[in-house]
Amino acid sequence: MLPLLRTPVATPHTLEEALSLLAEPGARILAGGTDILPNLKRGLGSPSTLVSLHAVDALRGVSVGDAGLSIGAGTTLTQVATSGDVKRMAPSLAEAAESVASPQIRNMATLGGNVCLDTRCRWVNQSDFWRGALGGCLKSAGMNPEASFAQAGVCHVVPGGKRCVAAISADTVPVLIALDATARVASASGTHRLPLAELYVNDGVQNLALEPGEMLLGVDVPTHAGARRERYVKWRVRGSIDFPLVSAALRFDLDAGALTQARLVVGVLGARPKQVAVQKVALGRPLDQALATELAELAHRQCKPLENVPYEAGHRRHMLRVLVRRAIEALADEA
Amino acid sequence: MTSSDKWQLGGRHRKLGAMERMRGVARYTDDLRLPRMLHAKILRSPHAHARILSIDASRALGMPGVIAVITGSDMPTPYGVIPWTTDENALAIEKALYVGDGVACVAAESEELALRALKGIEVEYEVLPAYFDPEEALAAEETINPYARKGNLSKKVELEFGDVDAALHGAALVIEADYEFHGTTHGAIEPHCALAKVDADGLLTVWSATQVPHYLHRELAKVLETPARQIRVIQPPLGGAFGGKSEPFDLEFCVAKLSQITGRPVKLLYTREEVFYAHRGRHPMKMHYRVGFDASGKLLAVDAKTVLDGGAYSSFGLVTTYYSGQLLCAPYELGAYRFDSRRAYTNKPACGPKRGHGSVQPRFAMEVSLDKAAVELGIDPIDLRRKNAMGEDCLTVNELRVGSNGFLDCLAAVEEASGWKQRRAKLGFGHGLGVAGSTYISGTNYCIYPNDMPQAAVQITLDRSGRARIFSGASDIGQGSDTMLAVIAGEELGLPTEDIRVLSADTDLCPVDLGAYSSRITLMVGNACLEAARKLRKKVTQSVAKRWECSPKQVNLVAREAIDMHDPERRAPLVEAFQWAEADHGLLGEVGSYDTPKDRHGSYRGGAIGASPAYSFTAHVAEVKVDAETGEVGLVKIWCAHDCGTAISRGLVEGQIEGSCYMGAAEVVLESHGVNSEMGGLHHGPSLLDYRMPTTLDTPEIEALIVEAPDARGPHGAKEAGEGPLHSTIPAIVNAIYDAVGVRVDDLPVTPAKLVRALAAQAEKGGV
Repeated sequence: MLPLLRTPVATPHTLEEALSLLAEPGARILAGGTDILPNLKRGLGSPSTLVSLHAVDALRGVSVGDAGLSIGAGTTLTQVATSGDVKRMAPSLAEAAESVASPQIRNMATLGGNVCLDTRCRWVNQSDFWRGALGGCLKSAGMNPEASFAQAGVCHVVPGGKRCVAAISADTVPVLIALDATARVASASGTHRLPLAELYVNDGVQNLALEPGEMLLGVDVPTHAGARRERYVKWRVRGSIDFPLVSAALRFDLDAGALTQARLVVGVLGARPKQVAVQKVALGRPLDQALATELAELAHRQCKPLENVPYEAGHRRHMLRVLVRRAIEALADEA
Repeated sequence: MTSSDKWQLGGRHRKLGAMERMRGVARYTDDLRLPRMLHAKILRSPHAHARILSIDASRALGMPGVIAVITGSDMPTPYGVIPWTTDENALAIEKALYVGDGVACVAAESEELALRALKGIEVEYEVLPAYFDPEEALAAEETINPYARKGNLSKKVELEFGDVDAALHGAALVIEADYEFHGTTHGAIEPHCALAKVDADGLLTVWSATQVPHYLHRELAKVLETPARQIRVIQPPLGGAFGGKSEPFDLEFCVAKLSQITGRPVKLLYTREEVFYAHRGRHPMKMHYRVGFDASGKLLAVDAKTVLDGGAYSSFGLVTTYYSGQLLCAPYELGAYRFDSRRAYTNKPACGPKRGHGSVQPRFAMEVSLDKAAVELGIDPIDLRRKNAMGEDCLTVNELRVGSNGFLDCLAAVEEASGWKQRRAKLGFGHGLGVAGSTYISGTNYCIYPNDMPQAAVQITLDRSGRARIFSGASDIGQGSDTMLAVIAGEELGLPTEDIRVLSADTDLCPVDLGAYSSRITLMVGNACLEAARKLRKKVTQSVAKRWECSPKQVNLVAREAIDMHDPERRAPLVEAFQWAEADHGLLGEVGSYDTPKDRHGSYRGGAIGASPAYSFTAHVAEVKVDAETGEVGLVKIWCAHDCGTAISRGLVEGQIEGSCYMGAAEVVLESHGVNSEMGGLHHGPSLLDYRMPTTLDTPEIEALIVEAPDARGPHGAKEAGEGPLHSTIPAIVNAIYDAVGVRVDDLPVTPAKLVRALAAQAEKGGV
């Protein structure tokens, strides 16, 4: 087995303590550990300290307020998936949380960890030895100071590419964007909020718009009083464990059978989720078979998966079209 | 005794050691810790093919906690599990032959220090052209393996039986196609691990997660230049093997050598990635088949041309190359048969034996060919197989002597259980049933190294506390061979399995056994055990008869009692009977041994390879649901009927059938050991995340059906059950996919993308 090299772990009990520890250069957050620990075993990162959040109770829990759901970053994916409030007010979020990995992993993994999940690429998520054999790449070269990689500026997915296209692979993120969620972010100097969609930038090396020392406190999902249909779909090869190979979150708000709002957010393309432009086609129309076909075509036209995660990009694109169409057909049947 | 008298045989038994495993207290190799133990790590080549110009370990040796570094020149004697193909060194000497080839090994005070020390070893390489395609390697001028005698041709076998060309010329139907098997690995959950220590008298003890302690013992003696009498090999409980631990590996030599050098115990545990590099998995094969039939569906001839992608070393490859042709000659009469198999060296992890060694790939090509013929001829695929079944006590076209044969019963069992006749025609588009059949060996008649000694031996002792000890060299790798021995001995001696201790796989304590491979243990070690147990039974029944003044023949030993069969009221506790016997005979110990028949194969060169004392037979029906739009194959159910001769322990036979079906099914739709030029010879994903073994959500329901056609050469008629039931899983599923959607994918695995492309091509032609 690959041993985890020794790294100091700090265990703060309050948010303030956690934020001050995180302000130290090179400090990283350890929440559920299901993403960072396998990555560290493979030499992806070399934090000076791991700031464990397991004793910071303030980060955990689902609450319901006037504005909607508020979910702490430290809430486990199992808690998100099984929460009655989440299932009632944001069923597609519960669906996405439940589709992550396996039950044991969901018992450990947190919503914050999933929102901040590192991007993935079949040329990066390998051992230090494996990446070293190829000389590294745009993303991996900077992640391990002990490795001396020859090809730090190379992209193996897009030859000649200068921007890393490692894929956002978090199941909950497309859903949260589709539901207009906002992120609560804190640092030692204060707290601010931003639309979740703005948390991501188009760079696979570091796709989070977080400054060093900043931490996600939680997400807020606004409520919707009227009729809404929503769903999360993902393609993966096995029925469990696997990361999504392509994914889509769908949300449709209806008034008297006509769409007043439509969102289609696609994951696992590049470093950030893609919002497919569907409003022009969808608004004012009923949720029906014809719309399902049209929106699936739109998604297919606007989304081009890359060879950054396993399985042929062409088939992943095909699967996106099928999954979107079938999801809307199913939602239309519900309506 | 008649079979109805059996009180243990054919029952269901708790596997020996099962509770230890369930409670998590079984001690696997990596659980062993010795005082002053060092940890070792191997530096591996990042190049697929490179000359090693220099190795400088001085910086590593200067690091605190680093005790020793060894390289290939410390162990220059080449080895190989097959004595004719010793083409491997413990660590690379002249060249590294694939990404992951071992180059140096470091021993340090902790695993972390050993890992860090690897970065302190400087290796200067000259990168050489690398070959990842077997046909390109065969055409190349550069020789990959420095010990190879015929360039990159690792082995070639060409054999013809009957006049194939004439038969095909006269055939009413010839099914000709190219098939491809992609290569898969074992995926044992326990990674390879070895621990060595040298005691004050110079005795070297190696604990290893191996399925062949005896071959490891021999090769250690050779490579370390240490007499075999000074080496002890112990196999602790194993967390799976499946053929992936059936020869020596670099780690075993390294810990032994480092222990000899440092005088301290040394342990090395592979990472999961290293397990993928050690590999020895199922060979990728490119197979061109021409199969001829007459108008009634009778098989006239098979012409098979196969290229095997061997990887960097021979491993068992000589045998694999033979098996790729030799094991195809049952359960059908082939008429005439020719095969031409060539195994190539490539710059990839070496291939070797995986459950169903060498014959799973050709079985896929053959059974799909039969399915195509059934469609062409308008014959039910089960009936086509029935028509060509060879029957019992016959000679195959390649002159292998087949004894018992339950194949027709297997076909009938899966036909009935799956509702084949009633359901198949009624299933709609996307829903299908497929059938396939196969055969496998129960061990090989000839040992890997030629000798006149028995292939298996067992020693049993009884003691006055009323229990038995069985000493056996056989490796229980999870298949339950220890339990099988306890059932056979218990049946004779009147002991339930819990009163029997099985001490196995320790070269100091146990008689030599060749190991857990080619499905040999039940037949061979079972026979040896039966002989020893019967000798002891005789002593015990004689002593009882003497006291009861009756014939020993009327004394039975059952359920901890001696019973007079003529007067069932007359009984004695078994413990007392053992004490009478010990008083009469002295210490109660007997040995049994077994050697294979040497007259059940052809006299031509190579005719002995593939010859077995007895053959198992299998039939599968698979039910699938295919999503024609996504190309996803849903495995609904698999029915597998397996003729194991006699089921010694039913639960264990069923377990082997189920495990085989899962493993085979995964090879059709999920698993792929991908090493090619796309990633420069790097494995595509050497991890259990990327090498997709099925989860419980991905596995079908399985119905295991035991068929019993006892063979005169097996203990109580028993044959193998561990490997045969894998073979026809694969073509049965592929044939079911055709039945569901009307297209064929002849190159495995059947990925969704391939299936969607095949369906699109079909639609373009206006078909379906």
